[in-house]
Amino acid sequence: MFKWLHPYAKSENLYRLSGKFLFWFGWLGFVGAIIGTVWGLGFTPADYQQGDSFRIIYLHVPTAMLSMSGYLGMAIAAFIGTVWQQRHADMTVIAIAPVGAVYTFLALFTGAVWGKPTWGTYWVWDARLTSELILLFLYLGVIALYYAYEDRRSGARAAAILAMVGVINVPIIHYSVVWWNSLHQGATITVFEKPKMDTSMLWPLLINIVSFGLILGAFTLMRLRNDLLMKEGHRPWVKQVLEGKH
Amino acid sequence: MNPRRKKRLATTLAVLVGLGVAVGFVLFSMTQNIDLFYTPSEIINGKNETGVKPQIGQRLRIGGMVLPGSVRRDQNSLKVSFDLFDQGPLVTIEYDGILPDLFREGQGIVANGVLTGPTTIKAHEVLAKHDEEYMPPDVAEAVGKVHPNGVGNKAAEQTGGAY
Repeated sequence: MFKWLHPYAKSENLYRLSGKFLFWFGWLGFVGAIIGTVWGLGFTPADYQQGDSFRIIYLHVPTAMLSMSGYLGMAIAAFIGTVWQQRHADMTVIAIAPVGAVYTFLALFTGAVWGKPTWGTYWVWDARLTSELILLFLYLGVIALYYAYEDRRSGARAAAILAMVGVINVPIIHYSVVWWNSLHQGATITVFEKPKMDTSMLWPLLINIVSFGLILGAFTLMRLRNDLLMKEGHRPWVKQVLEGKH
Repeated sequence: MNPRRKKRLATTLAVLVGLGVAVGFVLFSMTQNIDLFYTPSEIINGKNETGVKPQIGQRLRIGGMVLPGSVRRDQNSLKVSFDLFDQGPLVTIEYDGILPDLFREGQGIVANGVLTGPTTIKAHEVLAKHDEEYMPPDVAEAVGKVHPNGVGNKAAEQTGGAY
């Protein structure tokens, strides 16, 4: 069933394949993020209640959504790394972690900046904000555990276990505003319902969500490729790559 | 799949499912501590699940909608009082301070304070709760979101529209 995947267990093939993905992810994400952000910040109408401060949604929602998707991706990689002992999966875990941590931080930061004018406070210990903060700590914990061991394989095992255990937090973040009453509002965009946002404001947000996802992927691939080159520095294919003969 | 992988798969899944169930129970049992606020009907009737009523003198948060027409401002100070509702019962909030921009009648708020009487709360912090709807002013007007005398319309409020 997964025979077609086997060639990519070879680092050289993975490096080349990820190079192709990186190109498209990087450029589409970069261009899309510029279009979405400029459109959102400059060319959408102001909100009827919040005025212009609502525009932070164009950074906040994409980073927040993708901090969770990134974690899910990291946990899946950790699961594959643990069960199938696939070392590229371990490398993917540590490739995603810092990028996801930055997204989580940005989500918290933009949320705080928006919270002050809208709610009247930068921070409140409600379920949504607290669980997102825990997500940041989980990301940092995965990074710390990975590098805490002399032997990288032990580090990868420990980090993978934390990554998998922490995945419980993802549905908690998502449903925190449904299960408990909180200051944070419910979801504006849901898969099955009509978005609770006017169409004129919605498009740039959707573009930014997709683009930020591509950028997350691009940074992950960049880190993964670097890691591959460093781990296999002694192999002839790395030499070829570094000398520019692909 | 070879037996070793199968074993690892089973162990990992068992641990994750077990942990998930455990966390689920913990969160479920802590529901009333995780809830950010009481609603007005919970102040009067007790929490939905447990029936626990807050004591007078207890510090708590309350969340609800500001009853239109209930906002009373003191002419010489920042003192303000208003009523909160959710489904039926009203709870009066007394507050001395600056209200957030989004505070308006009919809007949800969360207040942090002390229960001073069966249905009165002296708040030391009032936060505006925003809903998940976003729309431009003209659309809001078209669907009747904007209050006739300018309440709920930021632009009108800034240019002197009053409560």
